[in-house]
Amino acid sequence: MSFFKRIAPALLAATILTGGFTTAQADEQHFPLQSYRVGPYAAGGTGFFGGFIDYLNLINTRDGGVNGVKLTWSEGETEYEVEKGVEVYQRLKSNPGIAAWNPLSVGIAYAMIDGITADKVPLITINHGRTDTTDGRVFPYVFPLLLNPYSETSGIVNYIASKEGGPDALKGKKIVVLYHGSPYGKETIPIYDLLAQKYGFELTQIEVPHPGNEQGAQWLQIRRERPDYVVLRGWGVMNPVALTTAQRNGFPVDHIIGNVWSNSEEDVTPAGDAAIGYTAITTQASGKEYPVLQEIIKTVYDAGQGNLSDPQRIGSVYHNLGIVNGILNVEAVRIAQEKFGHRTLTGDEVRWGFEHLQLSPERVKELGAENLFHSINVTWQNHEGEGYVTFQQWDGKKWNVVSDWIAPDWSLLRPIIEKSSEAYAAEKGITIRTQADVDEVVGQ
Amino acid sequence: MDWFTFLFAVEVAIGGLLSGVMYALVAIGFVLIYKTSGVLNFAQGAMVLFAALTFVSLTEMGLPFAGALVLTLLAMTLLGITVERAVLRPLANRSPMTLFMATLGLSYILEGLAQLLWGTQVHRLDLGISNDPFEVAGIFISTFDLVAAAIAGAMVAVLTAFFRFTRTGLAFRAVADDQFAALAVGLRLDRIWIAVWTAAGVVALVAGLLWGARLGVQFSLSLVVLKALPVLVLGGFDSVLGAIVAGLLIGATEKLAEVYLGPFVGGGIEGWFAYAVALVVLLVRPSGLFGQKLVERF
Repeated sequence: MSFFKRIAPALLAATILTGGFTTAQADEQHFPLQSYRVGPYAAGGTGFFGGFIDYLNLINTRDGGVNGVKLTWSEGETEYEVEKGVEVYQRLKSNPGIAAWNPLSVGIAYAMIDGITADKVPLITINHGRTDTTDGRVFPYVFPLLLNPYSETSGIVNYIASKEGGPDALKGKKIVVLYHGSPYGKETIPIYDLLAQKYGFELTQIEVPHPGNEQGAQWLQIRRERPDYVVLRGWGVMNPVALTTAQRNGFPVDHIIGNVWSNSEEDVTPAGDAAIGYTAITTQASGKEYPVLQEIIKTVYDAGQGNLSDPQRIGSVYHNLGIVNGILNVEAVRIAQEKFGHRTLTGDEVRWGFEHLQLSPERVKELGAENLFHSINVTWQNHEGEGYVTFQQWDGKKWNVVSDWIAPDWSLLRPIIEKSSEAYAAEKGITIRTQADVDEVVGQ
Repeated sequence: MDWFTFLFAVEVAIGGLLSGVMYALVAIGFVLIYKTSGVLNFAQGAMVLFAALTFVSLTEMGLPFAGALVLTLLAMTLLGITVERAVLRPLANRSPMTLFMATLGLSYILEGLAQLLWGTQVHRLDLGISNDPFEVAGIFISTFDLVAAAIAGAMVAVLTAFFRFTRTGLAFRAVADDQFAALAVGLRLDRIWIAVWTAAGVVALVAGLLWGARLGVQFSLSLVVLKALPVLVLGGFDSVLGAIVAGLLIGATEKLAEVYLGPFVGGGIEGWFAYAVALVVLLVRPSGLFGQKLVERF
């Protein structure tokens, strides 16, 4: 790799910091990106934001934008730090034609909720974020698309049940949840407790202090517990360390199930042989065989416009998540354009688009993403959109899908989500929305 | 206490002791620089990252293990020379706090430089040491941790012999005792600083390889300093032996606390428990268990 290719991320960051890149003009829709291309989580950031930008590039190059409206973006480096993320938000929020924010960070997203609600611009937290933001009655501008943490929990328990022969077989089983010592890690503690009561399995939840680079004590406790399964709710370096420490303690890796932030190549590659047979949940398959990936390779990368400096990473977990995120953002804009016109939309109009973001499996196929992800069905009340999950197993070189698409137990989860969101509304003095509020849109 | 419970407690303690050796590996790098210059080198974690990332990137470019090791050692030597010329020499005779802040800045520069040169991807580092445990009387012991402990022990022995029996080592000690007196008798402070930063670079490389094989070579390697700081406080900032003993104590204590106290307070306590232990020791012995007692006249 040439020196210039190596310094490209730094040059990019410098360009961003000096206010480079185009911003939206007439008939342009803008995406401000709080990306992280350096720092501890750069591997995930470059993959996700690379995939997102690659898809926006594809739409511009292949289709001339969305109904003639060009898509633009600008980046601000956050290093995954909340204060930098908020600073980038303050700096970029005056750009014209902003469609939505996509920080890919729980901390940054939390810090932005009040601001974006006042701005009336959607905040997308695909596969993460506060679970109760699923309730669009209380959080009109926040969209934890595809999968919120509770649905993820339910999907994992359903998968374990399917491996054991059905939900009834969970009774008497032992499950340990090893979670990251952060608000993200602790988010699912009550829902695991609830599911343990419902299905009758014994549950132990063990915290790993941040950053998780030493887990000897936790895995000794796990060895003492002798569980049937360990659920890994990790992040960053915690994941490969969990897998290697499990091996050192003789725990079978094929009985470790990773959550949606423990499912990337970066999580398993450092663990080497210790990761072979490890299974993790995902909302989007990895690999580059899907038509939309092939089009990105042909239209974007073959033209030298690809965002990833290493083409080997095309089709990786984070890259494909970025592409799916791109599809969801672009389709929300397209849906909103059908109602409000083929022009630059306001953030509130795009919010309306997200609240009508319903992509059936047939529509997903038309978009070239069949089997990349299943479908989505967002409504004004349900901002998650009932994403399906699947499970993938690491074979030492690549992830292989090992399950059908599985539906979480949404009906069980919804009352808990509403209880939490209504408490938030009461605390903040928020009036709960009704159907009539959905079409009250701030236009141009 | 039944036999199984007793064995489990022993296993927790052994696991902690072996983890403590890994902490001590990082702490030794701090000690080397503090011992000779009185500077707490905050950049030691970044040096661990820089060394490991350089090594693994060179091997991925097709260099054999030995070739990559030699080139990385050269890189760490070059780094030592650069630090002496660009940071230490201009700041000579400044207060320890000024030098500490300089190493803080150096830490960020090294982290950025490492990512600039070698990228931000996570790398696998396979040293060929088995990660599988073996069983002794029902207790699992990690082969990898034992090898790491042996390497750390060898490093302490080499460093102790170096300080005691070589001219350069004696010069290090002379500079540590009194910089002005050392200068007065003709010792070259610049050369000694280069030598000691290079030695700290070598320690960083060894720590980086062992920690990198455990965690993967990635940015988080620079965070292993968080494990070394309580070891330094407990053992004393200027004692190699203290780093090893304190590493063992901290490792065993934090693991036992996590397993036996953690469940009563919600778990996840080992991160701060080590610091709590170090603080208690500070109250009783401000210079740590093995640190030199400082007597200053005003």
